[in-house]
Amino acid sequence: MGKHKLTWLVLVSLFANSAWAETQLNLTKGVTAVSRDVYDLHMLVLYICTTIGVLVFGAMFWSIAFHRKSKGAKPADFHESTKVEVLWTAIPIVILIAMAVPATQTLIAMEDNENSDVTIQITGSQWKWHYKYFDQDIEYYSVLSTPRKQYQNQQETNVVKGKNYLLEVDKPLVIPVNKKVRFLITSDDVIHSWWVPAFAVKQDANPGFINEAWTRVEEPGVYRGQCAELCGKDHGFMPIVVEVKSAEDYDTWLNEQQQRIAAAASAEQASLSASMSKEELMQLGETTYTAHCSACHQPTGLGLPPAFPALKGSPVATTGSIKDHLDIVFNGKAGTGMQAYGKQLSLKEIAAVVTYERNAWGNDTGDLVQSADVKAVSGEE
Amino acid sequence: MTTDTLDNASTADSHHDSFGDNHDHKMTGIKRWLYTTNHKDIGTLYLWFAFIMFLTGGALAMVIRAELFQPGLQLVEPDFFNQLTTVHGLVMVFGAIMPAFTGFANWMLPMMLGAPDMALPRMNNWSFWILPFAFAILLGSFFMESGAPNFGWTFYAPLSTTYSNGSTAFFVFAVHIMGISSIMGAINIVVTIMNMRAPGMTYMKMPLFVWTFFITAYLLIAVMPVLAGVVTMLLTDTYFGTSFFDAAGGGDPVMFQHIFWFFGHPEVYIMILPAFGIVSTTIPAFSRKRLFGYSSMVYATSSIALLSFIVWAHHMFTTGMPLFGELFFMYCTMLIAVPTGVKVFNWVATMWRGSLTFETPMLFSIAFVILFTIGGFSGLMLAMTPVDFQYHDTYFVVAHFHYVLVTGSLFSIYAGAYFWLPKWTGHMYNDTLSKWHFWCSLISVNLLFFPMHFLGLAGMPRRIPDYALQFADFNKWVSIGGFAFGLSQLIFLAVVIKCIRGGEKAPAKPWDGAIGLEWTVASPAPYHTFSTPPSQQDIDNADQHGH
Ligand code: HEC
Ligand code: HEM
Ligand SMILES: [Cu+2]
Ligand SMILES: [Cu+2]
Repeated sequence: MGKHKLTWLVLVSLFANSAWAETQLNLTKGVTAVSRDVYDLHMLVLYICTTIGVLVFGAMFWSIAFHRKSKGAKPADFHESTKVEVLWTAIPIVILIAMAVPATQTLIAMEDNENSDVTIQITGSQWKWHYKYFDQDIEYYSVLSTPRKQYQNQQETNVVKGKNYLLEVDKPLVIPVNKKVRFLITSDDVIHSWWVPAFAVKQDANPGFINEAWTRVEEPGVYRGQCAELCGKDHGFMPIVVEVKSAEDYDTWLNEQQQRIAAAASAEQASLSASMSKEELMQLGETTYTAHCSACHQPTGLGLPPAFPALKGSPVATTGSIKDHLDIVFNGKAGTGMQAYGKQLSLKEIAAVVTYERNAWGNDTGDLVQSADVKAVSGEE
Repeated sequence: MTTDTLDNASTADSHHDSFGDNHDHKMTGIKRWLYTTNHKDIGTLYLWFAFIMFLTGGALAMVIRAELFQPGLQLVEPDFFNQLTTVHGLVMVFGAIMPAFTGFANWMLPMMLGAPDMALPRMNNWSFWILPFAFAILLGSFFMESGAPNFGWTFYAPLSTTYSNGSTAFFVFAVHIMGISSIMGAINIVVTIMNMRAPGMTYMKMPLFVWTFFITAYLLIAVMPVLAGVVTMLLTDTYFGTSFFDAAGGGDPVMFQHIFWFFGHPEVYIMILPAFGIVSTTIPAFSRKRLFGYSSMVYATSSIALLSFIVWAHHMFTTGMPLFGELFFMYCTMLIAVPTGVKVFNWVATMWRGSLTFETPMLFSIAFVILFTIGGFSGLMLAMTPVDFQYHDTYFVVAHFHYVLVTGSLFSIYAGAYFWLPKWTGHMYNDTLSKWHFWCSLISVNLLFFPMHFLGLAGMPRRIPDYALQFADFNKWVSIGGFAFGLSQLIFLAVVIKCIRGGEKAPAKPWDGAIGLEWTVASPAPYHTFSTPPSQQDIDNADQHGH
């Protein structure tokens, strides 16, 4: 029959597809005790549903095959039976109880946030994650690192996409293996959701409230996830990467971070007295702008009005005072997508990006902004 | 009420000709449709409106699927992508499925009850005619500076308030009008069923179709005001400085979700209970057997409706509910599977040892039972809170609700449309074309939605315009299925137009196994029916209950 041929054709070409081998069909088992329990539960329900399906659809296809008029079937005239109604109410209830018991146990285990070894605060904002290690003074933002030209394919279609396309970040979250890590999850703007399938952790980040979740990962490695709650334009572009390290590696990493922070602080101090040339400022400005501002204000500076204003020709970035310009970049604007970049960027970067905005795209004010100017604005707050 | 009902029916009995013909007491041209208070005209308007909206929402979905055909952003910008998914969802829910069922209610309820018209015909006219304005506002926002709503059909705050693109006011206004329309329609249905039943038709003699619409109407009256309330809070949060959903002002964004889903979960049953009613009519007809377990069907429908009020937070397991809350909502949600199962078992028992034939309405009904049940299975999986942490907000959920809404609600609408087209138009539909419509839809819809289960399990979040490379293969197939399904629906358009314009003349009762008062009147149904009530004999013959 033609229809069957077509179905086979479709199936064969599907399976013949080269990338098929890598395609995942089922839920991940993950790398934690909880994620394995969740997987088992998933399989249990799947098997139960499949069995019920086979029985019910089987009965139906039996009728379709044998109780058809064309085969001379005469309709029976039963149309009621309290006995079977009670039966097919009671049996499902029993099955449901059998499912509810393990589900309850797993849930209770998942919700046990006590006795953690490490606590990390996770803050979502449009469209990046911020990680802050309690008692360690370590904090940083984690942003998508896939180059824009790999996904902006409207004009250029032939750019090769990397292996971890859209699932890679500049600075991953790092946690130790076999330790109970507690996450305190919140948001600076809209609702996001922090999800790593391999840990079976998905928890909403609600602005103004803190949610808890935890994990204890058993295998070192790199695990990837994504924001799971629609959070605006770049919801699809805020991945999560977690690096799980052995105890020693984790300690080394902590030390490196401490040193990095100390170095950054002294660089910050040094930049106050240093004065950068226009070329240096513009170069650093462009890099900073591309990484932190272009998602909203666009590489062209034209923005996406009305949600995200243009900076090209905007009074703030041209005729307005440098102080006002610095003010909005440093302190942001509450209740809009414009975040306070004072706590995200170094003084130098802010000075550079503001210089860039005042001189790029034909804004040509000729203004130069130095770290000390930024410091002056921050001091006023 | 009677004067209203009969105001243009004074000479009803002497005219038993097809609708579409002109009458001395019937206006002509556009005025006929603008001023009509006739339940059949209004039913027709609702059905056409729903179909146009279905094609509109479908066109948006085609763009979505074209963008998702391969990784990378090829056609649209992410923000516009969000506008597409949002408006697609709103149009399909409020513009296609709900009005289509209201169309069925208008056409069929009076005829099934042996009543001359709906109880409140002037309100009926209003409840239809405000709808096009609501959707003009919603769709018009695409052409405004703000762009269309881009915060998802669930419009979670604060994405839809503080962080909205400025479309919130249009959105709220449109939803208010849709809500008013639905409430008026629902009141009309309740009043009609309670007051207009032919003498001798007790509640337990009503066709199950009528029961499901009766219960659905109550659900609508209960939850539409909640929707109106939550969109109003959204409006004042956005424009008038309140902070219902803003923690900085003492509010709570999660409270938005509680209020929304208190409307939202019953809403999904508003979209499926009438479908239960339709297939409970068609399956017995083509099995040539009475509906198995009529009273248990009535009780199951009622318990689903009642339970639907205490399961809303199963959409919110990841919001950080206390353990006790999660357990409560998990147990209640699992419980809903019991009456749902009873319905499925009853349909299968109806077919069991029947004398089956497979006309197009039956094909759609059988597909409904199987595919809706698959949607029910994934629902049960989603109800398991620990696993929902993995499924939630992925394509697994997208697969679930499309199985219950497309192969559920929409397929039942097709089953009903093919079943009653002969009564509506007086002609038989083109059988070959209708079979093409069925088989093309069946194959493509599964290619479209089944792989979404795999995508979700493999970790693809919903509502994203671009995705990681391991999701590429399935997305390609899903898109192909999507285009094929979209095209297949044009076959239905052709069938309907052909059927209206001509075709084999339909007898009063084209299906030998069908029962129901609607088959005791001529085909096409005269403009006015049951100006004199049906006989007790007819009512008893139409009784699905059988005693
Ligand atoms: C998440 C989106 C987003 C990002 C990223 C973003 N902005 Fe903004 N920006 C906005 C919004 C929204 C406004 C408008 C705020 C308002 O309502 O006044 C704005 C306003 C501004 C203004 C004032 C423009 C005017 O004409 O009023 C400047 C200057 C500015 N941003 C600079 C920056 C810089 C520099 C960066 C990167 C370090 C940046 N923005 C990153 C969203 C963003
Ligand atoms: C056995 C019956 C059902 C059960 C147990 C069930 C369960 C669920 C659960 C738990 C969710 C939330 C999933 C999540 O977001 O994580 C969900 C989502 C959904 N369900 Fe069902 N469901 C059932 C039947 C139905 C029916 C009949 C419909 C509509 C006709 C429906 C429509 C939806 C929709 C639209 C959503 C997604 C809403 C959104 O997030 O946009 N469901 N269902
Ligand atoms: Cu997000
Ligand atoms: Cu629900």
